[in-house]
Amino acid sequence: MKGLPPVLITAIVLVAGFALCAMQFPNIASTRVVGNLLTDNAFLGIVATGMTFVIISGGIDLSVGSVIGFTTVFVALAIERWGMPPLVAFVAILVLSAAFGAAMGAVIHVFDLPPFIVTLAGMFLARGASFLLSTESVPITAPVYSTVSDFALRMPGGGRLTAIAIVMLAIVIGGALLLRLTRFGANVYALGGNRTTASLMGVAVGKMTIKIYMLSSLLAGIAGIVFSFYTSAGYSLSAVGVELDTIAAVVIGGTLLTGGQGSVIGTFLGVLIQGLIQTYINFDGTLSSWWTKIATGVLLFAFIALQQGLVALARRPVVKSAGAAS
Amino acid sequence: MTALLPRRGLAQVLALIVILAVDRIVSPQFFDLRLQDGRLFGSLIDVLNRGTPVALLTLGMVLVIATRGIDLSVGAVMAISGAIAAGLADSHGLPIVLAAALGAGLVCGLWNGFLVAVLGMQPIVATLILMVAGRGIAQLITEGRIVTFSSPDLVWLGNGSVLGLPVPVVIALGMLILTAAVVRGSALGLLIEATGGNARASELAGVGTRAMILSVYVWCSVCAALAGVIAAADIMGADANNAGLWLELDAILAVVIGGTSLFGGRFSLVLAVLGALIIQTMNTGILLSGYPPEFNLLVKAVVVLAVLLLQSPKLSGLAGIAMRLRRTKA
Repeated sequence: MKGLPPVLITAIVLVAGFALCAMQFPNIASTRVVGNLLTDNAFLGIVATGMTFVIISGGIDLSVGSVIGFTTVFVALAIERWGMPPLVAFVAILVLSAAFGAAMGAVIHVFDLPPFIVTLAGMFLARGASFLLSTESVPITAPVYSTVSDFALRMPGGGRLTAIAIVMLAIVIGGALLLRLTRFGANVYALGGNRTTASLMGVAVGKMTIKIYMLSSLLAGIAGIVFSFYTSAGYSLSAVGVELDTIAAVVIGGTLLTGGQGSVIGTFLGVLIQGLIQTYINFDGTLSSWWTKIATGVLLFAFIALQQGLVALARRPVVKSAGAAS
Repeated sequence: MTALLPRRGLAQVLALIVILAVDRIVSPQFFDLRLQDGRLFGSLIDVLNRGTPVALLTLGMVLVIATRGIDLSVGAVMAISGAIAAGLADSHGLPIVLAAALGAGLVCGLWNGFLVAVLGMQPIVATLILMVAGRGIAQLITEGRIVTFSSPDLVWLGNGSVLGLPVPVVIALGMLILTAAVVRGSALGLLIEATGGNARASELAGVGTRAMILSVYVWCSVCAALAGVIAAADIMGADANNAGLWLELDAILAVVIGGTSLFGGRFSLVLAVLGALIIQTMNTGILLSGYPPEFNLLVKAVVVLAVLLLQSPKLSGLAGIAMRLRRTKA
């Protein structure tokens, strides 16, 4: 039951926003636009799923944008220059990014450092490493890329559910199940609720921290692969600032930045809200893209203020219900 | 404690000396200074000049971090104030331009401070809002264009010189002295440290923690606004997309290198500014060495990790145990 009210509010905002947009531009309410919305935000949805785990556990991961950038460059170079088969390249980068996340988690836990600054170092490291690989945009011409890009499930109304959108939906559903139904998910909530209590209850805090950051970096790696499919290129400057969009999506989705509460579905809705704003601005044509930033900022403020209010309300009565659900 | 005291600052000074020595090896004319048109030129002056925006950001950031906060919005505030300054420069005098740009910084700071001190939001989250929206606001002001100006007054602010030193350096030095005088010349610094150490205890002890927190965020944004004006004056234009981009990270890094704990409670202004200089000396050294500037990020990452590990309570475990033993004996 945790985190249900904020998710409901996010859903209401999304539906109301969609209705408002559809009233002004009736064409928005088509499967074609919805399909594009899912495709354009596929990488964001994947990386935001990982970020949800990190934030619920009381941490933050600033390195995801850089990991995406590194992945696109690595995949492009591996396939085009080093002659690796695409699948091998994908496996290699996923192992690499998972190891990277595990290393960050280990540093955070072993040296007892704030996640904020450790992942900041990770952000510099991954971005710097991708610059080292190549500063130019490397186009990917492997046949797999055109096959996958052309693949799409037809939806009624002419919309296309592309392969990368399907991957994103699968990861969102998988993430939601992992968080809700498994011991791992319960431990994530426990860590975010109170680290000391969790440790006393028998949660292996160190292992969990490493696993959570590993998951986040792994999903960032997958998002990077998806991004390389989306752009058919690897570029060291791609996905700069995505960590902010991701955190914004997670917060708008009703996850508490202090940890302990939140849901993957909410995050998914948050991603869709950001995508909807972008779509509206594209449809309008006269508004510049910076309105996206302002609108996102306003939404961020509204949701954080709302959370703050809910937390204040929750603290007022007896502290009986605090640890009831998990 | 006495054993620790000489260590404070020593590491930073040593690091700066080592990096300067490396720079000297990389570029033999690194320490050359020459006087031309009444102004000093040379790599050292260049380091000071280029380091000014981050040094100014650091002045505010170190106080915010001392209260156990963080301000992610300084880069966006730089973009806003730069946009305002560039927009007004050709139609208004320098005092009005400065007042408007710094006033915008004041408003941004009040907003951040209000969210953190009054609404009680987590500082990362509260300042994230302005970080995301601020760049949009800056672009709203410049209408998405890169605004250029030719007002000689404002250009002087970025490229002029006073007594042979570039104006930005003089301004940064003045701000450092002003901040140090206000914070360390009174009990204010102590109260800020108390707020960061334990806000609730300080509140009970009669410290106006809300006012403290609000004022450090305001000061941080005003410093950022000044840095934004200087950055705009330097390139004679305002680029809302790129002005101050990622400088908040450099400022935080400078504070961390300067030995101020991210957990709040104690701070050193001079060491933080020294941290900003260390970063800039590294940047300049990498540029002079002919390596691609992309190496900057890798070097920075390694430096952050090294500094963090040095500061980590766990790594100094052995030293800690030794000290505890000594303390229990005493």
